[in-house]
Amino acid sequence: MSDILEIPSDRLLAAVRGLLVAKGVMTTDEIAERIRITDGGSPAQGARMVAKAWTDPEYKALLLRDGTAAAEMLAIPMRGLPPLGVLEDTAEVHNLVVCTLCSCYPRAVLGYPPFWFKSAAYRARAVRDPRGLIGEWGTVLPEGVKLRVVDSTADYRWMVLPRRPEGTEGWSEEQLAAIVREGDMIGVTIPSIA
Amino acid sequence: MIAPGTKVRVKLDWPETRGPCHIRTPHYVRGETGVVERHLGNFPNPEDLAFARPAAVKALYHVRFDPKPFWKEGVAPEELVIEIFEHWLEEAA
Repeated sequence: MSDILEIPSDRLLAAVRGLLVAKGVMTTDEIAERIRITDGGSPAQGARMVAKAWTDPEYKALLLRDGTAAAEMLAIPMRGLPPLGVLEDTAEVHNLVVCTLCSCYPRAVLGYPPFWFKSAAYRARAVRDPRGLIGEWGTVLPEGVKLRVVDSTADYRWMVLPRRPEGTEGWSEEQLAAIVREGDMIGVTIPSIA
Repeated sequence: MIAPGTKVRVKLDWPETRGPCHIRTPHYVRGETGVVERHLGNFPNPEDLAFARPAAVKALYHVRFDPKPFWKEGVAPEELVIEIFEHWLEEAA
C-alpha cells in the first residue's frame, strides 16, 4: 500500500493487533469487542445516568453509593475499568473535577476527554482559580455556594451529578438526558433549558 | 484503617529527587494538612505498577484540604478533595 494512503500509526496498530493475536493474548473477536466498548463511551451515556437519577430516587441513591453498579444497570460496560465515583451538586455545594497530574477521565460514561480537560491551563487553574476558570464558560455560582474541587489523582474516576434545572417538571428521562452536556458532568457548566 | 474525620499530614517527600518514579501525590499538597473524608478502597500501589514491579495493595483515601493557603494568587476553592494513598499520610498534631 502506498505511504500516502497508509500512515505509520495504521501500520503500527495493525502490527500490534497481529502480535496480540499471534501470541494468544487476545483473539480478533475480543479486540473488536474492546474497540466497540471504547467507542460506545460518550457523554450521552453519562447524561442517561443523570436523567435517571433526576427522576428515580432509588437509582440516585445507587449512583451516589456505587457509580460503577449504576452505570452497569444502564448496560454501560464497566468491567476492568477503574471504579466510578459520582459527586452530587446541592444547593450548598458545586463540584468541579480535574486531574492535575494527567487527564484521568471516566471514559466509559463520558467518552474521550475534551481537549481542554488535558491542557496545562485547565489543570492549573482548576485548583488555583476555579471560579475564574468556569467563568470562561460563563458559569457563575450563586452567592454562598461552596466550590468543591475534586483532583482525580489515583484509582477512581469522577463525574458530577448536577442539579436538575427548574422548569423541567414532568419531563421524560429522554427529554432530560438531552439537556445534560459533557461540561455539566465535569462541573464547568450547569444544565439549563434557556 | 484511618477513620473519617482524622486529621492527617501529607508527607513532605520528593522521591523525584532520588530517581525515576511514578507518584500520584500532587506536588502542591505535599507537607499540607487535611482531613480524611473516607476510605475509597484498596488498590495495587501505582508507584510499583508503573515499573511492572510486584505491587502491594494500599488503602486509598479521599482527603479534604482547605486550599486557601496553597497559592498566593487567584481565589482558591472552599474545598479541595484529593485521592491519597496510605503510605503518603502521617498523623497530624
